[in-house]
Amino acid sequence: MHIDKDLVAALATPLVLSILTEGESYGYAILKRVRELSDGELEWTDGMLYPLLHRLRRLGYVTTEWRTSPEGRRRRYYTITNDGRAALAEQQRQWVTVARALGDVWGGDDLLPFALGRG
Amino acid sequence: MERLESEIAEWRAFVGQGPTVNGRDAEELEAHLRDQIADLVAAGLAADEAFLVAVKRMGGLDELSREFAREHSGRLWKQLVLSGGDELPRPDSRWVEALVFAIAAAVTVQVARLAAGFPSDESSWLFRNVSLLVLPFLAGYFARRRRLTSRQCLLAAAPLVIAAVVINLYPYGDEASTELLVAAHLPVVLWFVVAYPYMNGVVRSYERRMDFVRFTGEWFIYYVLIALGGGVLMGLTAGILEPAGIDAERVIEWVVPSGAAGAVIVAAWLVESKQHVVENMAPVLTMVFTPLFAVMLIIAALVYALTGLGGAFDRDLLGVFDLLMVVVLGLVLYGMSARDPSQGPGWMDRIQLIAVVSALVLDLMVLGAMLARIGDLGFTPNRTAALGLNLLLLVNLSGTAWLSVRFLSGRSTFHRLERWQTTYLPVFALWAATVVVILPPLFAFT
Repeated sequence: MHIDKDLVAALATPLVLSILTEGESYGYAILKRVRELSDGELEWTDGMLYPLLHRLRRLGYVTTEWRTSPEGRRRRYYTITNDGRAALAEQQRQWVTVARALGDVWGGDDLLPFALGRG
Repeated sequence: MERLESEIAEWRAFVGQGPTVNGRDAEELEAHLRDQIADLVAAGLAADEAFLVAVKRMGGLDELSREFAREHSGRLWKQLVLSGGDELPRPDSRWVEALVFAIAAAVTVQVARLAAGFPSDESSWLFRNVSLLVLPFLAGYFARRRRLTSRQCLLAAAPLVIAAVVINLYPYGDEASTELLVAAHLPVVLWFVVAYPYMNGVVRSYERRMDFVRFTGEWFIYYVLIALGGGVLMGLTAGILEPAGIDAERVIEWVVPSGAAGAVIVAAWLVESKQHVVENMAPVLTMVFTPLFAVMLIIAALVYALTGLGGAFDRDLLGVFDLLMVVVLGLVLYGMSARDPSQGPGWMDRIQLIAVVSALVLDLMVLGAMLARIGDLGFTPNRTAALGLNLLLLVNLSGTAWLSVRFLSGRSTFHRLERWQTTYLPVFALWAATVVVILPPLFAFT
């Protein structure tokens, strides 16, 4: 299934922030998690993740740190901040509202909120 | 495997070539590429196949550098990167808002000037209150722009009210030096009050604090530019009106105070909305002035060390050195805010360290002699304020020097240095507030 580019763009920030609430992570691992969560349905050019992460850092939603991983690879780790959690909470509210509206108009079987884990 | 390494190196060089992807970003992307290749190889692909797939997944380089440009606009003039119709959204065209606040500030200052009879009367009331007449409008402008909640607005307004009450209820004596000190320190206090709405109420965020430092530097540049333009305008006006028999002094007396007050808000608006213009000026200015100051400071330190301080010592000297340290700190902060934090140590960092260390050496010499003098003659308000500021700056610059050394020797990150400065900022605010609120009663308003 092809998911529209604009929808992916809108989804990217809450998705990445949500993944980071599971614990600090680095770019490649975040992308792997995105694939896992969407069963590979979310098409995402890998490189595009980094400008997004840098934007989150600039906004103060995440902090970064260069560390050497156990396998000896230098990686930039991203950790969510309190600001980031607050922003995520706000985004969650918006998504739930959107999903509910769509669910209502599509016959009330509430598929979307269900998909969002708020069914 | 060697083939793969050279292919990766080639890819990385190609990625890093663009102006928007810097070394650290390229390193991050390379780490990603290697992870991806390792996974694909583990899944059974040959190394060269894995490389091709990983590169393909990474995305086209044009697209990639465009995305990076969008985020790291400071790294380059946007229009050079974003060839093509994809305009960056400029968040601001709400100049009317700025204009309203600018006019309000201009009118307020004008009314106060007329009430105080300036300039025919030398009114110390006006002098003491002038920052209180202008900066609240700047705070209000940001409160509106950032859409602060009413609770946040109250929090921002409280220090303004307290300041207004305190400085106007204190019974300063005639020609009191505490009054002059208040006039000099109150703008600093209020500037930090403006920081609250500027940072959208999130005062703990280090990134926001750095943003505010950047804003301060850029605001200063714009203000100086406006002042220069205004000076030319006034000069020409005087030249044209004089022959017509109109007293240009009167015109200037009306225009300059209002213009200076309005320009405070206009400069802030310019920083907000035309940021990309000055963004590119900041690194250039620091690059020009940091080495010049380093040279000046080394020479001064040598001269002082060789000739001794001797007769050069008068009571203004501490003030001059405070100013010097403030300028050095300003350069450090400004250079820091204009610097890309992800880059490693460079020659500019070394020059900056030289400047800081020379300033420290100079200051220590002066401070030693000055302390002896104060020991002989006792404290006055001026000496206390100057000494306090000097000590604050000394601690700050010592910390900066220490962390710079660690950073240059690779034992610490630039982030630590940045953190030190942003953590230190409230100390300056507290000191300025102390001078405004506590010092006058301490010295019986003399």
